[in-house]
Amino acid sequence: MTLTDLRQQLTQGDTTPAKLIEDLSVRIQAKDGTTQAYVSYGSQAAGDIDLSKPLGGLPIGIKDNINTFGQPCTCGSKFLEKTYTSPYDATVITKLKEAGAIPFGRLNMDEFAMGSATENSAIQLTRNPHDPDRITGGSSGGSAAAVAAGTAFATLGSDTGGSIRQPASHCGVVGLKPTYGRVSRFGLVAFASSLDQIGPLTQTVDDAALILQAIAGYDSRDTTSLDVPVPDYSATINDGVKGLKLGIPAEYFGEGIHPGVRENVEKRIEHLRSLGAEIVPISMPHTKHAVATYYVIAPAEASSNLSRFDGIRYGNRADNAEDIIDVYHKSREAGFGPEVKRRIILGTYVLSSGYYDAYYSRAQKVRQLITRDFKQAFEKVDAIITPVAPTPARKIGSCAEDPLQDYLSDIFTIPANLAGVPAISVPCGTTAFDGAAALPVGIQILAPHLGEAMLLRVAKAAEQA
Amino acid sequence: MSHDSIDVRYVAKLARLDLTEEEVTLFQSQLESILGHVESLTAIELPDDLENDQNSHLAIMRNDTPHESLDPELVLGNAPEQSQQQVRVPKVVADA
Repeated sequence: MTLTDLRQQLTQGDTTPAKLIEDLSVRIQAKDGTTQAYVSYGSQAAGDIDLSKPLGGLPIGIKDNINTFGQPCTCGSKFLEKTYTSPYDATVITKLKEAGAIPFGRLNMDEFAMGSATENSAIQLTRNPHDPDRITGGSSGGSAAAVAAGTAFATLGSDTGGSIRQPASHCGVVGLKPTYGRVSRFGLVAFASSLDQIGPLTQTVDDAALILQAIAGYDSRDTTSLDVPVPDYSATINDGVKGLKLGIPAEYFGEGIHPGVRENVEKRIEHLRSLGAEIVPISMPHTKHAVATYYVIAPAEASSNLSRFDGIRYGNRADNAEDIIDVYHKSREAGFGPEVKRRIILGTYVLSSGYYDAYYSRAQKVRQLITRDFKQAFEKVDAIITPVAPTPARKIGSCAEDPLQDYLSDIFTIPANLAGVPAISVPCGTTAFDGAAALPVGIQILAPHLGEAMLLRVAKAAEQA
Repeated sequence: MSHDSIDVRYVAKLARLDLTEEEVTLFQSQLESILGHVESLTAIELPDDLENDQNSHLAIMRNDTPHESLDPELVLGNAPEQSQQQVRVPKVVADA
């Protein structure tokens, strides 16, 4: 049931916030033993809720890297499991509460959001509701799987290189990464600060707009927050695509894309054309460098951000250390999983004396070229349409020994983070893949900086095929 | 930018991270493979006017004025060890 339907039921007195939470708990008990989307969920009372507010009485699931007062925040890591309780609300949680929503449950994720499968969680393995032998995508795998399984009505995730959009695509739900600076990250545990954004995962585009409306806006506690008014997204969401120019970049439809993905995305593009959109072939020539650029910048920033996990102020502390330096070394050895260690080492290496210019400075310049690709494209078109991922969800464990293969699968989602533009994943059909009869496929829509209204308008048209 | 062989043990030491022998061996080959891919960045021709692009990621600092802080008791409640409203750590200074 969508948020819009639930709001109607609540305001008509057909249900209550307490009943919704009770229903979710029953569903979680019935289904989450297999899916394992939830790291934890409380039996919190709904409390005093103003049902006239935009999200009044609606429980919203939260990715386990967003601080919610009095609740755990494991980040999918042994480092914070069982020892950390949030002493404050992230700004998005404050805004959800102000809009009448009830933050409900903590959703599984790749450790510190590093991964594309939610296989890197040190807490548990989340399985795709469409096929339990397959990954959910990641890192917001719990947030996507819960919406797909019906154990959450809507959730929040975070997206650094595709971590909202790719799991949304793999699980057949909507996932929106806003413009960099549109939504405050205060209270989001930082992974790569020049890329991270918080956004919604929902059943419909309308629901994504509803949540974005509530969480967007300026926040002085996030230095990258944009002090720009938030438009009324519902005012233009049904305006359709007639007369809009939609760019189709050749680089996103080349070698490596599964035929079933291509077919579904192309069908949806034809649908948009039939609704009156002008389909414009474009080129974004630096797309092929996005993964290499990202895997310099993101680990570099992560190695700095994760230096705060040292066993001193919070998290687990090794009890066999000889002195304070040994506390750092041993606590980090015991607390971090393999992917986090790999990226900390990679990030430390590319920032180290003698290599900084060759790797980090170079990657920053290529990032500018990728950003230019977008600027030049948006001079010609209103929005860009691409696949979200080259293939549907792969089998669990199939990239265990070769992390580079998994990194390369993020090729279509990373550019939006590097350029800071908004992007959304919308389900666009299913395809047979690698022994499975029907796995979800997602279409990605990208818009210019702060172009969420345009993004949602095109997404709504694409959704209604 | 032909990369030198990465000394995983040395870089881990810079990152204040202990690794097992198995991890050193595994990460060595995986990181060589990742750095091999990253090397593709060297082949890209960079235009001369790149510096003119406006940086959209400038961080703007807020005014340095006092504001409400977190409850010290709640913050210290997350510390592995605490004493007298402070985080307790192993001895830092050697005996005289």
